[in-house]
Amino acid sequence: MRARVYVTLKREVLDPQGEAVRKGLQSLGLAGVREVRVGKLIELEIDDTAGDVNEALRVAVEKLLVNPVIEDGRVEVEAAASTAAP
Amino acid sequence: MLAAVLQFPGSNADFDAFHTLSHVVGVRTQYVFHKESALPADVDLVVLPGGFSYGDYLRCGAIARFANIMAAVRAHADRGGLVLGICNGFQILTEAHLLPGALTQNVNLRFECRDVSVRVEVDGPFTQDLRGRTLRLPIAHAEGRYHADAATLDALERNRLVAFRYVDAGDGEAANPNGSLHDIAGLYGGPKRNVLGLMPHPERASESLLGSVDGRLLFQSAVRAALAR
Repeated sequence: MRARVYVTLKREVLDPQGEAVRKGLQSLGLAGVREVRVGKLIELEIDDTAGDVNEALRVAVEKLLVNPVIEDGRVEVEAAASTAAP
Repeated sequence: MLAAVLQFPGSNADFDAFHTLSHVVGVRTQYVFHKESALPADVDLVVLPGGFSYGDYLRCGAIARFANIMAAVRAHADRGGLVLGICNGFQILTEAHLLPGALTQNVNLRFECRDVSVRVEVDGPFTQDLRGRTLRLPIAHAEGRYHADAATLDALERNRLVAFRYVDAGDGEAANPNGSLHDIAGLYGGPKRNVLGLMPHPERASESLLGSVDGRLLFQSAVRAALAR
């Protein structure tokens, strides 16, 4: 099973990288881009026969993938692709 | 007195810390590899050195937190044992929740490598008789911006746990090199202020040849604190 964890900086945490990207976009002529926030995407391939996947994801997010002091995490789970698919 | 310098994959200031403790301050010092599960039984001071543990992957210090040796470091800290986290060591201590808050990208996005001035805000095992002194110490980091929520910052100030604050050196450089909230450069924690984390490198400012001997004061203070126990 595939899961995606989206990690974003909390609203109240300054994002200098996002601001640098915004300035880059402004240089591109995209003056209408008012704010940019940069986060990260973590993809996990999990063996769903090996136990409780949701519990594994919860532990992964809480203990390592997200630092709740500065970040928020959102998890998306993708159903397993059929092994019979071409 | 025995000091231990931890070595994680990617530590690069471990030799500096060992040299300063062993050859400059004159303390019996040994390295402890991250895979060990125990510290030397009679250890007084544990140093988490600077560097890029585990390549700084995910977040600085995030993976080192789960190293084998960290359970023993936590137990040592909980017992009141001295723990010093320098730069990446400070980042590891916050990720391990031995100190509150987090250290993230410098506000100017640059790796800052220069000398800064920090004021000693409180007395503690690493800063005995140093309160009010301004020290000249080098920094070398890209992720040193201290962040914590308002309630945590308030508690740190109220409990006088801010150990070092960046101050203007009058050299034209920004006093605060990274955008740290409350100009925080270092924090005390642990049950007896026995845990100290700081972004500047005192071990790189402990010999006159290196331009400053201010950093040596922290190690000498820690030795006095350890011997007094």
